[in-house]
Amino acid sequence: MGRHINDEWLVEAVIEPKPSLRDPEGETVLKALVHREGWGEVLEIRSAKLLRFKVRAISPEEAEKLVKKVCDELRLYNPVSSILKVRANEGSRG
Amino acid sequence: MRVLVVKFPGTNCDYDVIEALRKVPATYPELMWYRDAEPRGYDVVVLPGGFSYADRLRAGAIAAKSPLVERLQDYVEGGGLVLGICNGFQILVEAGLLPGSFLVNDSLRFICKWVNLRVENALTPFTCLFSEGQVIKMPIAHKEGHFYAGELSTDLVRSKRAVLRYSTRNGSITNIANPNGSDYSIAALIDTTGRVLGIMPHPERAVDPLLSQDGSVDGLLLFLSIKAWLGG
Repeated sequence: MGRHINDEWLVEAVIEPKPSLRDPEGETVLKALVHREGWGEVLEIRSAKLLRFKVRAISPEEAEKLVKKVCDELRLYNPVSSILKVRANEGSRG
Repeated sequence: MRVLVVKFPGTNCDYDVIEALRKVPATYPELMWYRDAEPRGYDVVVLPGGFSYADRLRAGAIAAKSPLVERLQDYVEGGGLVLGICNGFQILVEAGLLPGSFLVNDSLRFICKWVNLRVENALTPFTCLFSEGQVIKMPIAHKEGHFYAGELSTDLVRSKRAVLRYSTRNGSITNIANPNGSDYSIAALIDTTGRVLGIMPHPERAVDPLLSQDGSVDGLLLFLSIKAWLGG
């Protein structure tokens, strides 16, 4: 089966606070819930925002490139305090 | 002076700003819906507080992309003044008219209370009736109020672009007096042209002696400063 420009992909854009920044939400979940309930083997929790895009593209690489471009150009994340991770789901094709 | 007060979907401090401006002599505030607003011809544009676009994505991020806000750069280059209060400050930061970013308060809570602020710079159009080192009072009301600009924050304080900082009643900058975790307790910030001010506290809620803690009207002095700066 060949690839078509009309293929649809699910792409996840994860917006996380920079690793150097404190994440009070993750810290609270870890300390006030997970550790208090005895899950000491959980070492860290970081909260993030996830935007799931459905896009039309010829390949997962192109789908990721498109979503990155949208996130950068429209400033869907603030690069001063956040990092962006984009991943297309191979299984979501079509 | 002619003042344009802009309303976005979710702005809710617009009428308070209009009322505050009515206390300033020879001042004509006009409230306009963001789509109809054209900054040309006004001395000052105010972006009031509230929850533009319900804080979706990030406080201020969506309003920052509106054509009106994108036109503010030219307006400022032409000599116009811009005042962003609370959500208006967040919009200016997201639009890149001011540097940095806003994070959720360290406490993760919405905080609404009166705070003390130390005036760091009285040579701006917005603070010229104060004196440097003076401690003033205004209320804050925000959840995303933790100003973060990384290494740049040191410069912002050193250059006195951090116009107001959260302080104790006697003007000490301490962690306890910092309500939200902001870098260096920064509460208000001016741009490099000296014509764009973002302020997290609400000056429009500190204009009536009956409604403040101790009869102070420091917010009114901020609006009167603008008038004095522009002449008259």
